[in-house]
Amino acid sequence: MQILVCVKRVPMVGGKIVILPNGQELDTHMSGFTVSPHEECAVEEAVRLTERYGGGVTVLTLGPAEAADQLRDMLALGASRAVLLETDGREWGPVATARAIVDAIRGGDGGYDLLLFGNESADTGGYQVPVRVAHALGLPCVTGIKGIEITESGGPGAARARREYGSTEEAFELPLPAVISVKEGINLPRYPSLPGRLRAKRAVIERFTPQWQPEGLSRLGLRVPATERRQAEILGTGTDAVPALLALLSELGVLK
Amino acid sequence: MTVLCLIEEADGQAADVSLRALTFARQLAGSSGQAVAAAVFGDPDAVPAEVLSGYGVSDAYAICSPQTEALSGYGVSDAYAIGSPKTLAGYAPQAWARALAGLSTGLPATAVVAAGTDRGQEVLAHLGALAGLPMAANCVSATADGPGRWQLVRHRWAGSLLEDAELEAPVAVLTVAPDAAAAEPAPTPAHTSVHRHEPALSEADLVVRAAESAEQSAAASLATARVVVGGGRGVGGPEGFAPLEELAGLLGGVLGVSRVVTSEGWRPHKQQVGQTGTRISPELYLACGISGAIQHMAGCLSARHIVAVNTDAEAPIIAHADYAVIGDLNEVIPALVTAIRARDGAP
Repeated sequence: MQILVCVKRVPMVGGKIVILPNGQELDTHMSGFTVSPHEECAVEEAVRLTERYGGGVTVLTLGPAEAADQLRDMLALGASRAVLLETDGREWGPVATARAIVDAIRGGDGGYDLLLFGNESADTGGYQVPVRVAHALGLPCVTGIKGIEITESGGPGAARARREYGSTEEAFELPLPAVISVKEGINLPRYPSLPGRLRAKRAVIERFTPQWQPEGLSRLGLRVPATERRQAEILGTGTDAVPALLALLSELGVLK
Repeated sequence: MTVLCLIEEADGQAADVSLRALTFARQLAGSSGQAVAAAVFGDPDAVPAEVLSGYGVSDAYAICSPQTEALSGYGVSDAYAIGSPKTLAGYAPQAWARALAGLSTGLPATAVVAAGTDRGQEVLAHLGALAGLPMAANCVSATADGPGRWQLVRHRWAGSLLEDAELEAPVAVLTVAPDAAAAEPAPTPAHTSVHRHEPALSEADLVVRAAESAEQSAAASLATARVVVGGGRGVGGPEGFAPLEELAGLLGGVLGVSRVVTSEGWRPHKQQVGQTGTRISPELYLACGISGAIQHMAGCLSARHIVAVNTDAEAPIIAHADYAVIGDLNEVIPALVTAIRARDGAP
């Protein structure tokens, strides 16, 4: 089966988010970049499915030239082909992003049995690119998935997708081709192998340059919420702090 | 003109997150002198009219399956003319979105609002896609700024960052960040009229539908636990969690872990607290050996009290916690367990 996985390059924010003086972007000169966690799991899931059913995994991203690094990371995990929709570094909204992905699918070889996405990107958290892509292509779609099984033996015919709902699970049957967005926890991604890394280094990345478009939702600025900044009262050091800790638990009413 | 709010149900009642979204919808409507309507999927007698009235809803729409005759009028084939009022009883994201789109056009609504739950995000994303509208996820505030224009504040990085944004659209499609604000009834209740609404659906709208399985998920108890004892990299390995679990048991709570713990395979992902795990809102979160990465803190923004146990007084978690013990959790937690047991054993 042929699987397309869409990923996004995002900063590794670590312990603190610093905003540039322009109030528009994060200060990333000290941080590395990665793909959103849900998407790394989407790539792992795709690789597992093709290990089982044959076929190949194409990873696609829309981002600056440097996003090729993230594509190579995903190639190292087992993806076989990479496509970069190269931008000038400006932030793209979800409507334009979905349109560029759809154009790439229509313009390219197409023929995917499954289109996988992360449930939401770590940074902008728009929750909609996969759904917009599905509508544009007329494909069935489900989001937030924590388990995928391919049903109908003898070729990929349908996918059974599961997710948590409150204290229970719900399951969806989707005829293929379909669009599914997944959440971290669907699997535990592997570490890239050395041969995987070497292959990724040599791989040719296909590049296209879609046109940026404005959309209805536009960013005015970014800020860190004020409520974030508390500073802990130190109860003590090591086991000497245990009486104070016990007194605090009692005060909070959590001791039975 | 109306602001339309999707109400999800939990245990036969309006879900608390939906009441928060309704509070948000009422404030948005109030800023431009509009009415608030609610959409509930189910039969009219299942609409929680009394609660909705308390939240200032003037009209509630019970979205039910159309009858067979009505369906045939829309050119729907027999395959999906199920003819039973249960057709829409199961969750079908695209069908829900189609129903909201029809209702929103008919009212007409200036905004459609839903809680930022899995279903809320999914349905409104479908609504945005099928109606050709932008959608803003996880808003914390919205004010009308003239016709077809809104000023928004929304979450990025799961609430670790705020975005000020402007929305221009014929209809605002907004989800509400689940922990943005408390549910607040209206100062004066409204008289709520309940209407039956039968949407026009196509076959394609019902292709993806949920079947609920009986399998239980552990994530729910983590999400609703009153006490969460958290363990991070400082625990040291998969064998180090026993004292934390014992402490959680003594406090009537559950264990939660940071992302590194699940990425290393020390504990299952369903125990992860964070942006890509479970969001918790306990009375007490006791975070042990957790540095306090943005990814983790996004999952515990709603904790009432945070107590950190960490060897590093400079760790980011100290800036997010109310109280801290500077020390090794592998010494402090067993000593705390002993102290609680001694206290319980005392006459």
